[in-house]
Amino acid sequence: MSTPTPTTAYTPEPVAPSPVTPTRTPQRLGDRVFSGLSTGSGVLILVVLAGVALFLVSESLPLIGADPKDLPGGNGLLRYLGPLVFGTLLAAGIALLIATPLSVAIALFISHFANRRLARTLGYLVDLLAAIPSVVYGLWGVSVLTQFLKPANGWLADHLGFIPLFAGPPSATGRTMLVAGIVLAVMILPIMTAINREVFLQVPTLHEEAALALGATRWEMIRMTVLPYGRSGMVSAAMLGLGRALGETLAVLLVLSRTGAVTFNIISRDNPSTIAANIASQFPESTDLDINTLIATGLVLFVITFAVNFAARAVLARRADFDGAAG
Amino acid sequence: MTATLSGARPPRSASVALPRASAQLPRWAPAAILGASVVAAALLLALTSFSIVGLVALSLLLFVVLTTVISGRVEGSRRAKDRLATTAVTSAFLLAMAPLASLLYTVVKQGATRFDTDFFSLTMRGVVGAGGGARHAILGTLIITGLAALISVPIGMMTSIYLVEYGRGRLARTVTFLVDVMTGIPSIVAGLFAYALFQLIVGPGVRFGIGGAVALSVLMIPVVVRSCEEMLKLVPAELREAAYALGVPKWRTILKVVLPSAAAGIATGITIAIARVIGETAPLLLIVGTTTNLNLNPFDERMATLPVYTYYQFTQPGARGFGIDRAWTAALVLMLIVILLNVVARLVAKVFAPKGTR
Repeated sequence: MSTPTPTTAYTPEPVAPSPVTPTRTPQRLGDRVFSGLSTGSGVLILVVLAGVALFLVSESLPLIGADPKDLPGGNGLLRYLGPLVFGTLLAAGIALLIATPLSVAIALFISHFANRRLARTLGYLVDLLAAIPSVVYGLWGVSVLTQFLKPANGWLADHLGFIPLFAGPPSATGRTMLVAGIVLAVMILPIMTAINREVFLQVPTLHEEAALALGATRWEMIRMTVLPYGRSGMVSAAMLGLGRALGETLAVLLVLSRTGAVTFNIISRDNPSTIAANIASQFPESTDLDINTLIATGLVLFVITFAVNFAARAVLARRADFDGAAG
Repeated sequence: MTATLSGARPPRSASVALPRASAQLPRWAPAAILGASVVAAALLLALTSFSIVGLVALSLLLFVVLTTVISGRVEGSRRAKDRLATTAVTSAFLLAMAPLASLLYTVVKQGATRFDTDFFSLTMRGVVGAGGGARHAILGTLIITGLAALISVPIGMMTSIYLVEYGRGRLARTVTFLVDVMTGIPSIVAGLFAYALFQLIVGPGVRFGIGGAVALSVLMIPVVVRSCEEMLKLVPAELREAAYALGVPKWRTILKVVLPSAAAGIATGITIAIARVIGETAPLLLIVGTTTNLNLNPFDERMATLPVYTYYQFTQPGARGFGIDRAWTAALVLMLIVILLNVVARLVAKVFAPKGTR
């Protein structure tokens, strides 16, 4: 079989093949089968996504008529769910707070500060961070980072203890919400950096050159052209990172010491669990109604992450439309 | 801006187009200031208590202050701000690389303890203390990930073909959008989905390998669709038009012209997608469970997988913590597999890339 390759002499622009559909295609059997198969695959994806929602809902239904005393915790579903949702949001919030400025800075470094050869290598390194399995992050977090940050926990309690976040007393093991948030931040950095980098690279060169030609320094150029242009991209990058952090399981499961306490004190030993970590720790030993309860919490997690991702993608899509209109 | 004429300007300005200011620090200035800061910080810390973290932090602080003051005096506040931003961005980048370096170092150092032939040839059957291996877990991971790829690759590729070659209108837009949203499904939710699905078919308490493959597919399909779509879009429309002009039907054009042209890119994308899911732990924890025996049948009972093995060996290490060593070695093997897959993907992309493009 001969493989057609593009000729070297003539390299056409990569164009989306929109205008190629002939007006009157002869309907061959092969064409119909192939187009049916590929359309079917597209529809199948929608079915799978709907299936995820449906199965989770159907497995949560038995909870509706159930006696609150039979549920784990013995106080009904909402009392069980509340601390978990709180913990999930808190951990993800800390991660986002740390990762957002860092990812913008890293993306800027790669897109506008490093030279091109170096930038490509650095891009690989960031991708490598993305490829590391979460269980490995968890192992590293609990055995290296907790030890490394233990003095920091103590320092925060001593010097910033008047802020409720750092009220202490600092955990002796170092397995605190703060450290879990930092591990999550490291884990969501790559995806956020990747999107920010994409957006920063799309900034029209003319804008940048115009700013430089007016005598702007590099930083002024970035502030005047790159950051305003990339604003919506940075927002959606942050939201995608948030989505990742909300659903991350293993790192939290391994790093965080979970007691179920609802507190903003992020350096003590009493911490709320997160939805995902709670499912992973309870599921293997659960049966019957406990499983239904865990699946219901999973449904809540699914709805939250779906909403966050939906919003993020909507922002990105609108941005793409806008760019298209602007030419 | 205030540009005064002066002969002091160096003959060649830096590669970045900075404005022609009257005075400019020489190019070696930042390095000199950095060196001075490190030395000063080391001396200061030697008098009190020395630590690497303290040294880095203090040097950075000194560097920032010195650079800003000197640059502000010589070059004006705008240049000083520019230098400050450069320092901030660069150190943010180095800060983010520190966990990567620390993680790689720790995994290699700790994992080397049990990186021996036993680890690859023995299972955990009947092992209480030292010894044992992860043969069953490695094979389990390969089987389940292989099955997941077998499910995801056809569906993902056909969907991307639909999106690029056939999809018009509302359905295609919806699919594109939801594929993007689907990339954000938490992995544990995928595991719950697989459990709920197979509980209806097989019964409560179901645990088997194929369930894990289905859960991984939910995570893998959107990645495959995305990367294949990108690659198919890169195939020039002229190639398709040439085929149509010769009277080739559309489906044969796709099979014989479009797919072969994009083959390298698609292979790269699929490899990356496999690397993305091979380390997933949470869904396998729920639907596949774990075992100490070698089980190669994904349709029957629990299987061991490398990520879940890592997790359990670490959290339930047994007597005298031999499990923790096994966990680190399992993590090392997992990392090696992931890195290997990524390197292979890059090589494929590089070797088979069509000439003339980037």
